[in-house]
Amino acid sequence: MSWLDRPASETQITHRNRLWLYALGILTLAFLVLPTLIVVPMSFSDSQYLEFPPRRWSLRWYEAYFASASWMDATATSLKAGILTALIATPLGTAAAYGFFHSRFWFGNLGFWLLMTPIIVPVILVGIAIFYAYVQLKLVNSLIGIVLAHAVLAIPIVLVIVTSALKSFDANQERAAQSLGASRARAFFLVVMPQIRFPLVTAAIFAFLTSFDEVVVAIFISGGPNSTLTRNMFASLRDQIDPTIAAISSIMIAATTVLILLTQLRGGGRQR
Amino acid sequence: MTLPTGSAATAPAGDCNAAALRRDHAFERLALFGLAVPALVLVIVTMAIPTAWLFWLSFVGDDGSVSLVNYQRMIEQPSYMRTFVATFQIAGLTTAICVLVGYPLAYFLSQLPERVANLCMIAVLLPFWTSLLVRTYAWLVLLQRTGLINTWGIKAGLWSEPLPLVHNQTGTLIGMVHVLLPFLVLPLYGAMRAIDRDLLRAASSLGATPSQAFAKVFLPLSVPGLTAGGMIVFILCLGFYVTPAVLGGGKVTMVSNRIADNIEVFFNWGAASALGVVLLVVTFALLWLAGRLARGVDLFGGGHG
Repeated sequence: MSWLDRPASETQITHRNRLWLYALGILTLAFLVLPTLIVVPMSFSDSQYLEFPPRRWSLRWYEAYFASASWMDATATSLKAGILTALIATPLGTAAAYGFFHSRFWFGNLGFWLLMTPIIVPVILVGIAIFYAYVQLKLVNSLIGIVLAHAVLAIPIVLVIVTSALKSFDANQERAAQSLGASRARAFFLVVMPQIRFPLVTAAIFAFLTSFDEVVVAIFISGGPNSTLTRNMFASLRDQIDPTIAAISSIMIAATTVLILLTQLRGGGRQR
Repeated sequence: MTLPTGSAATAPAGDCNAAALRRDHAFERLALFGLAVPALVLVIVTMAIPTAWLFWLSFVGDDGSVSLVNYQRMIEQPSYMRTFVATFQIAGLTTAICVLVGYPLAYFLSQLPERVANLCMIAVLLPFWTSLLVRTYAWLVLLQRTGLINTWGIKAGLWSEPLPLVHNQTGTLIGMVHVLLPFLVLPLYGAMRAIDRDLLRAASSLGATPSQAFAKVFLPLSVPGLTAGGMIVFILCLGFYVTPAVLGGGKVTMVSNRIADNIEVFFNWGAASALGVVLLVVTFALLWLAGRLARGVDLFGGGHG
């Protein structure tokens, strides 16, 4: 009896009768993955039209990227904004998560959802609301403005990750530390934090990525010498298809993959 | 013999009564809540207050008086109607395509052994990790006149002229389905995994054919997950900006694009705010509805909570 004629599920349907499902499933998975990945080999094409497979390989689009002062400035702005966002959103989001989790007021839930609104509300509204505020506060086109706006978008993500970490953390350990004379702060830094350090690192990485990948808000509030990378990419995508962006995209895919793998490997090693 | 109690170590003797402890406890809870204040202040100052102000602006006319002129314009001007129709049309079509493509995918994944399915999940989650702009750019490259799809299609003799696949609604739909498919598949897959396999075994032992067992048992049980995923996709569609702006090539105007145009081109805050208010109200109304319909379905857990 071949594998094809064996029953594939509880209903005794055979694998042979299900081949169409397998084909369709794999095709859909390919639809999800391939379009993004295909940009990587294409970015090494020598042609203006980004052939696949490239007839002649070259690094010219990478050279164009690294040689361009405006792309380099934008990359520096995005990196700075991302790191500063992570540095602000991670402690603020963690403090809020810890506060909501332990104070257990009825309005704590309200506060939680208030902090979640930036990722629930359509992002265009976040964009124009923050733009409107920044016009009054004179923060348009400033790095600090970008960082604060991105922190608002990153805090909900930190909040969700840290809250779920606190839920799975055994609160008795913290109580034990306190009953042995540690203050709440001491208990947090010595007992809780070392145990939730992997979720904290994950939260910081996602906060960085939130800022680094953010487009819509940046379109409104970043510009001039403080344009972010995504803002410039968006602007140039509207005009024409610049092959340099294929090189930038490939670098971004590689960087994001490394960061995400970091969260997976470190987190995974500790799980039971 | 009396033993020293734990609280005596921290509180001065004589203050160890219930009322004082309660007071201490309430005070500590307030202090703990205070930890959330910096984040709350940041969100309130940069988002909540400006949003409230935009609400107010939407009720102010061009001459500065309180009026409904911004909302009236939306009803009277056909171009606004077209924007709303286009937005709902694209959202509806994207949701329909996501359901048609996503249901078989989620079913496929739910039938695989758990380890294999988790591996395939990486492919579903990959789009979450990669920048939206990178994916949009990839589709622009693939779908353009001289792009890979047209070149291969013509070479294979499937069509002779380059098809207009991008800078129109087709391109926008392809891009949006690609972005939103995981949002449908995750809750649906979770719901499918949760279905008790013994029910299918029972159906087939009672004489149901595989397709009958699917149609009568599996499909109805997966509907809550499908509804939840479909609602999420539809709601997210309504607020899309980047994909229609890039892949629509100026020919597709959804509400978000209209809002941005009102600000960037016409500097008309009142009109932009009114559109924003409508978008927000519709979004929250649908979220509320989705919450009622999808009670008990884990929206983002993917079954692995």
